[in-house]
Amino acid sequence: MNRSASPLGKDLVGLEELSAEQIRTILDTAEPFKEISERRIKKVPVLRGNTIVNLFMEPSTRTRISFEFAEKRLSADTVNISSSGSSVTKGETLVDTARNLEAMRIDMVVIRHGSSGAARFLADRIPSNVVNAGDGSHEHPTQALLDLLTLRDHLGSLEGRRVCIVGDILHSRVARSNIWGLLKLGAEVGVCGPRTLLPPGIEALGVETFGRIEAALEWADAVNVLRLQLERMKSGFVPSLREYNRVFGVTRKRLEAAPRDVLILHPGPMNRGVEIDSDVADGPSSVILEQVTNGVAVRMAVLYLLAGGRPEKAEAAKRGGLARE
Amino acid sequence: MVDPSRSVDARLDLLLKDGRVAAEGEGLEAPDGAREMDVSGLVVVPGLIDVHVHLREPGQEHKETIASGARAAAAGGFTAVCAMPNTDPVIDSPATVGFVLAAGKAAGAARVYPVGALSVGQKGERLTEIGELVEAGAVGITDDGQPVMDSGLMRRALEYAQTFDIPVADHAEDLGLSRGGAMNEGVVSARLGLAGKPNASEDVHIARDLLLAELTGGHIHLQHVSTRRGVEMIREAKARGLRVTAEATPHHMFLTDEAVEGYDTNAKMNPPLRTAEDRDAVLAGFLDGTLDTLATDHAPHHYDEKEQAFDDAPFGIVGLETVTGMLLDLLVRTGRMDLATFLERASVQPARAFHLPGGTLEEGAPADVTLLDLDREWTVDPRAFVSLSRNTPFGGWTGTGRAVATLVGGRTVWGLDDGAA
Repeated sequence: MNRSASPLGKDLVGLEELSAEQIRTILDTAEPFKEISERRIKKVPVLRGNTIVNLFMEPSTRTRISFEFAEKRLSADTVNISSSGSSVTKGETLVDTARNLEAMRIDMVVIRHGSSGAARFLADRIPSNVVNAGDGSHEHPTQALLDLLTLRDHLGSLEGRRVCIVGDILHSRVARSNIWGLLKLGAEVGVCGPRTLLPPGIEALGVETFGRIEAALEWADAVNVLRLQLERMKSGFVPSLREYNRVFGVTRKRLEAAPRDVLILHPGPMNRGVEIDSDVADGPSSVILEQVTNGVAVRMAVLYLLAGGRPEKAEAAKRGGLARE
Repeated sequence: MVDPSRSVDARLDLLLKDGRVAAEGEGLEAPDGAREMDVSGLVVVPGLIDVHVHLREPGQEHKETIASGARAAAAGGFTAVCAMPNTDPVIDSPATVGFVLAAGKAAGAARVYPVGALSVGQKGERLTEIGELVEAGAVGITDDGQPVMDSGLMRRALEYAQTFDIPVADHAEDLGLSRGGAMNEGVVSARLGLAGKPNASEDVHIARDLLLAELTGGHIHLQHVSTRRGVEMIREAKARGLRVTAEATPHHMFLTDEAVEGYDTNAKMNPPLRTAEDRDAVLAGFLDGTLDTLATDHAPHHYDEKEQAFDDAPFGIVGLETVTGMLLDLLVRTGRMDLATFLERASVQPARAFHLPGGTLEEGAPADVTLLDLDREWTVDPRAFVSLSRNTPFGGWTGTGRAVATLVGGRTVWGLDDGAA
């Protein structure tokens, strides 16, 4: 196994740092891994003997579980650390926590942290591979990769396709990773939401902004609807959830008024009746559960590539495992 | 000798006696028993003064102490500093003012002048006993670090402080607009996913402070101005004759928010580094005298505290040991500012704004003298800092010209070539 030979480099911190080629490599590598999850025995020996720490310093259910499934289906040994009940709450610094883990000879850290830049911080300080599972409002690269994979499944090439991200762009790491990934793959990117939740200067990233959801739906081939965190209302970014739904909610009526079929994505967990209505979430244009399925495959691909796996050998590796190469 | 307080720029001998300037002239005879210093090749200037430093004592002695800060000041060519009151406890009583003064004297390096808190505990609720603070030795008041959100309180401070003829210094920031922000709000913060402090959060308070200075006739001293509009408003206020003085820091003159790229916590300070347009405006303001006072906002933090994710790291950088050399190179050597004007901003005006002795080498003035070597090449090496902290974004910077010795009260408290005093 040769970690330094990874086509992604040592870490996956964000999509801003990746080339279009590297992003395509991950998506292509995810394809053969999709099939593993469809087997009766969902396990291959690809990462046998690898130790992975899931360091989740912010509450997360679905991202952590998706990573865990990906790791276990690749036969890695995993340890979960969450901020409650660990040394993190005893005042140990991030760098000390990481160094202690290193001292136990691990291979990879999957980190979720509430501060932007935390994944880069860690990656620069430990020799293990670091995978960013969401850092503050910065990036959540595997979420964007699974969104890209799902979009590609349905739209084919993303070249010239229009994808609009709807909701709280200001605080969203999902939005930032999606913007980079989509732009690099040649898509046109829009963002839509109340002006209070669009970061000043966002246009400089090369995206179009929409102040009205109707205009966004008229423009887009696909919309990625972000969860509206309840605390945004408490801190005054939007007056009420009711009004948010009334002005920005993705409803069936609005969808039907759009000139073409618009693909509906949502990174979850959904607030039904707030940013998205149930008949849209459960409707024919929704690919929300496919995103979840693709999440496991994309994360398997990322772990495989960071561990030094060759993209072209992913199919063979499913039988033999990395260690035997 | 260059002394802009009297428009002196000449080859002169200087006699210091009993801690004061005794005489100057060509071919001055040294009295019996006097120690002679041959400073040929060097420039003798009035001691530099930094009106905005955080010495962290009492309460955070792991970052800096009054003694280490006073020595770091001397090592940067400063003969006096004004210590901000946001310590633990806050400098809001005669006893704490006295403590800072005594510890400063004991350090035997740069003079340390305490600036008292504007409000009790810097809580923004009621005025400190300003008269008592001044009697104990405070040279100004400020709630620096805790913006004064109550405009009524700021008005009363500007009125009441006039009795004692001290400036009211303000860290201009409207927390309603900036709370939670870790850097400048703009394109870079949008990309990095960091919460921003918009220019308006500073401009709103600068505008307010200028209006209150007009209302009260009080002396407002605006700290570390970082925005283009802020500079413009101060320029206009000065043209109308308001009693306003204002600081420029070296980092706001030479860095932008792009320095935050890569989440460098040594580029995290408050007010934050802003855009190139703001940086250019601050520099232009410093050159034309709108921002009349050089200040470092020396803010030491321990290595461990800066060795964190950006959001979690504290605001501030050290500056005492880098600013003089950097500005001698970047401003004076490049011809953007003559040496006399630099000294006006770094010595004469700071003394005037806070009514401090010094800022001049006229007969009878304190024998506070800085020796500059305008041709000395050097590199910023944070490991060699006298300060207890190393948090600077300027490590590795190389330039020409720096302070090489510092005399306070006629005593050499620091010399580059014979090691730290």
